Formats: sequence, C-alpha cells, structure tokens
Amino acid sequence: MKLHEYQAKDIFAEAGIPVPESRLATSVDEVMEAVEDIGYPAAIKAQVHVGGRGKAGGIKIATSEDEAREAAEDILGMDLKGYTVEKVLVESGVDFENELYVGITMDRGEGEPVAMVSTEGGVDIEAVAEETPDAIAREHIDPAFGLHPYQARKVVYEAGIPRDVAGDVASILSTLYDLYESKDAADIEINPVMITSDRDVVAADAVMNIDSDALFRHPDLAEMEDEAAEDELERKANDYGFDYVRLSGNVGIIGNGAGLVMTTLDLVDHYGGEPANFLDIGGGAKAERVTQALDMVFSDENVDAVVFNIFGGITRGDEVAKGINEALESFDEIPKKVVVRLAGTNAKEGMEILNTDLVEVEETLEDAVQRAVENAQEASQ
Amino acid sequence: MSILVDDDTRVVVQGITGGEGRFHTEQMVEYGTNVVAGAVPGKGGEKVNGIPVYDTVNQAVEEEDADASVVFVPPAFAGDAVFEALDTDLDLVVAITEGIPTQDMAKVNKRLGEVDTRLLGPNCPGLITPGEAKLGILPGNIFEAGNVGLVSRSGTLTYQVVSNLTDRGIGQTTAIGIGGDPIIGTSFVDALELFEADEDTDAVVMCGEIGGEDEEQAAKFIAENMDTPVAGFIAGRTAPPGKRMGHAGAIVSGSGTGTADSKISALNDAGVPVGDTPNEVAEYVEDFL
Repeated sequence: MKLHEYQAKDIFAEAGIPVPESRLATSVDEVMEAVEDIGYPAAIKAQVHVGGRGKAGGIKIATSEDEAREAAEDILGMDLKGYTVEKVLVESGVDFENELYVGITMDRGEGEPVAMVSTEGGVDIEAVAEETPDAIAREHIDPAFGLHPYQARKVVYEAGIPRDVAGDVASILSTLYDLYESKDAADIEINPVMITSDRDVVAADAVMNIDSDALFRHPDLAEMEDEAAEDELERKANDYGFDYVRLSGNVGIIGNGAGLVMTTLDLVDHYGGEPANFLDIGGGAKAERVTQALDMVFSDENVDAVVFNIFGGITRGDEVAKGINEALESFDEIPKKVVVRLAGTNAKEGMEILNTDLVEVEETLEDAVQRAVENAQEASQ
Repeated sequence: MSILVDDDTRVVVQGITGGEGRFHTEQMVEYGTNVVAGAVPGKGGEKVNGIPVYDTVNQAVEEEDADASVVFVPPAFAGDAVFEALDTDLDLVVAITEGIPTQDMAKVNKRLGEVDTRLLGPNCPGLITPGEAKLGILPGNIFEAGNVGLVSRSGTLTYQVVSNLTDRGIGQTTAIGIGGDPIIGTSFVDALELFEADEDTDAVVMCGEIGGEDEEQAAKFIAENMDTPVAGFIAGRTAPPGKRMGHAGAIVSGSGTGTADSKISALNDAGVPVGDTPNEVAEYVEDFL
C-alpha cells in the first residue's frame, strides 16, 4: 500500500525526522489560507501516487499571492498521468545547497533489506542506479539485528556525504530503518534530503510504501488505505478484498489464482485485445464472490466484454457453475457479454450446468479468450 | 523415482485443527499421503481423523518420526510456525500460508542459511509425486505419474499446464509449487538441480512470472548445468510496472526489472523454448519426449 507524501511526512515528523512546515489543502481557498500561515516561497505539491510529479507540472513554487493562486488553480483538479489531483500539500520552500538521497528497500535476491545513500538526490534515483551505479552506496542489513549505528555511518561516509552533515544524515537513516521495521514498510525513502544554507538537513519529500500483508498488525496504517486509494474501483476492490489492478483496455477479466489470471491477461493481448483489469477471486467461487467480481468489472465503464476463467482444483467445477448461475441471475440484465470457461475437477458437469441464456461457454482457455476479444471488438464498434 | 517426497515421507501438519488444515489433511490422507501427526499449541492429546495432535512440532517429530511438515497456520503466526519447524530435525517444511509479512520472511530466510532443513514456499500449493504423496493443496486427481518434472510459482497456472500435458498423455515425476512471494525458501535453481539429478525425469516444465530475478538465474543454471530439456512459460507480459499482480512477488519494479521480456529472453538464450500459451508449452514437452 502506497502512502501519500503528506501521510508519510506526518509519520516521519513524529519519529523526529526534520520536515518543512506544511498544510494539506483540497481547494484554492485552503491553499491561500495555508500560504498565508507558511509564508513565501511555498511549494504546492500534488498528492498523487505518480513518480516525476515535478516534471509533469504537479509541483510549483510560489513567491507571491498571485503565483500561489495560479499554482493552486493549475494543480487542483489537473490530470497527472491518469490521476486527478484532489489534494495538494502546501509546504514552506527550503533554501538548499545540496540534495541527497536516502532510502531502504527489500533486496529480493538477497532476501534482506538494503540501505542506500547518494549525493545525487533530487533526481530519479532509478536512473542514477542505471547510469552511475557507483554513485549510490549500499549496505545490506541483517533483519535479525537491524541496522547497526556503525552501518549507518559507514554507508553515509561511503556515499561521500559532506562531513559536517554526515552525522545528521546517518541519524535520519537510522530513524528510517526503525520506521521501516516498526511499520512493516516495503520501501521507505527521502528524495531529496536537502542541505540548507544553514547546513541543516530537511526531508523535502517522503515515500513510504507499506507491506499490504502486514496491515493486520498496523490498524492505524490500514485506516489510511482508503484515503490512499486513487480510484473508485480500487476502493471497491479494497472493500471486497479482491486482488485487483485496473488497466486501460476493454476486456474485463475474472479468474482464480494470480498466475492464471496474469496468463489470461497475456492471452487477451496475444489475440489482439486489450485487458481492462486483473481480478483474482481466489479459491472457490461462491455466488457472493462471483457477484462481487462481476459488479467490479461491470462498473468499469471501459469494459466492453468479460472473460471468466476458472480452473477448479479442490473446488469442483459444478459448484463453481452453480455460483456463476446464481450470481448472474441476481443481475436484472447482463450489461456486457460474459464468456465462461471452466476447467479441472468436474469441469464437464459444470459446463453443462451453466445457464447459456446468460453466458457464452467455451471449452479451452484459448477459445474463451478469443471469443471475449471478438465480443469486445463488436461491442466497441 | 521422484524428488523430495514419496510413499515413505512421514508428514506432520502444523495447524491441523484449523479449517484449511483439517480439510486438506483429509485430502492428503485420501490421496495416500502418510500423515502421521498434527501440531497445534494447546491441542496436544487431541486427534483429528485418528491422527494424533501434539503441542509442539518437536514432540510430533520425535514421537512419530516425521520428516516433513506442511504449514497451514494463519499469516500472523506463520513466520513463527516456520521457525518452530526449522528448529527440529525435519528434512522439508512446506509453507502453504499466503500473506506472511515480507519482513517476517526475511528473518526466516536468514535462519534458513543456518540449518539443513529445506523450506518450500510460502504462498505455494505444495508439491505432489503422483500416485505416491502430496503435501499441500494441489488437486490430486488432475496429476498422473510420468516422466516430466514441473516447477512453478503459481498454483492454478500449474494445474492449467498439467491438464494440457495430461491431454497429451504426459505424466509427471513430481510437481512443485515454489510460491508467489518475494522471499521464498526453494528457488527455481534448487528445484531444477533436483530434477536434473533425478533419473526418471526426462523433461522439465518451468512456469515463471514477473518480479525478481529467479527466472534469469534459472536460465543461467540451465545453460551451464542441465542436460534434461526444459520448456518454459512466463506469466505477466502485460503487467504494468509498479503494480502487484495478485502474488506479493509478482511486480515489475518502477525501474523496469523483473519484466516478462527479460525472463523470456534469458530463457531463450539458454536454449529454453517459452510458450505463448500454456498449450504451446505442452507441445514443446511432447517434442522433447
């Protein structure tokens, strides 16, 4: 789960990491009130989960009331790489001399966290990692011990952080690891850490993604999930407890098991269609779950046709078919054509039970996907 | 022959009194798996379908001479349950549980380096040697004994490929689900190494997916160490970067590592044909045999 900058900054500030003074605003009037308190220069920053907000016009610096108003009007409501900006963070502008990078993430290959520090902050760190990997100092962390203070110092010195602020940066890194561990973060980073003209260090940005699987032990963070969701359908998926990813195509996809659903998406693409979503309904296929899944894809206005692909393992195909029938009968009308393919245990019995007044039935995965792609093409003409 | 499990494997089920544990224990026993004990704290002395339950895994292992465990413990307690299993003389621990926090698994992973026990999973369907034993939740009825080894990060995708193989009359030596989490015990390379050493495995199917670099490492291993032919499949060609596609580990990073393209070309470079559809994978295997 991704937190917004303002949510992460609240957590950072509480842990003692210096952040600029800021206010969250959702309207031009609120922005104007905030800048009046904070003063100029002020940064007005879109709160959406999009990388490279600055380049895309989602961050502006205002040095006067007119500029602040203009920035607020421009950014609030703007479309930033497909996301509508509903909130901005109004923040005191920092007069800085250098920009650094500090972050911690899980190194999958090693199976342990790694701390990263660089003097090349304020730019896309992934580009730095690719072009000049030596510009980033790395230190792996034994999860049983945590980040030893000496490791924090070591990686900071190796990165070539100016000596007069090295202690402060190492201290920020140690606090970041404490947060990474105590909040079950997947990634945590500050890019940039700014060194001010007074040689203070300030977290000018904040990225914090939480391991969704650990939210059960962080009710406070779980509460932020809806607030952090970007999209009505993603919010709905959270409520239903589905693994759901919205995409840009018009073929709605429902299936069971992550690998098989991904494969169904890939086949839609392979046969010339465009997947509208990833939706895994998980084990079994009780009528209620099927109804919820159909509600998800039907309420996506981009969807023109649906493919429903279930491989019954322990769950028997005839039970799945009953669930699908029951679910479809609960809709007054089926708004989009649905192709169903059942495989695995008792698949034949299941296919015979399916109500063909409501759905089209195909025997193989390939045929089902091709038919759904054709249905989508016809419906969109 | 087979790898990791067979007729003789003596199994303890951790979490045998829970809904999932109880149901799948029945399924495993029905399939012929030798389930000798359950382990659930506070339930020692009880029986589930005649199977004795112990308070600790260690008691179960010592009393019943078990050599493998299957973990059906809820995510909040599963990390601890795996640690408990690793603190015994078990040869194999199979963690079915989905949703164990990644940082818990990082600690488990550290421990794995210090013990001889092998971990399979977590977030996996388990493994099956058709006609002999299954440890986990795989539907036994779709598998048939044969000469093809199968290793996969995903459950239902494995079933799909198996059914494509079965349609062609091709059976399996052992099928292993290694799990969809970012940090797992047994990797593709580990499984491939076992299949390469197994005399009865004449071909291997490897089903990977986006995220991480396990498939790239497997490609390198195949090129350098394997004579047994391997056919591959990679799920997630259409996945956008930065989105978790169901499995916690199925994510293309923002910087573009872990893509399907990278895995497919690594496998192709290692001489491994990669199917565009699961059915194509079965065709490649048929050609091998």
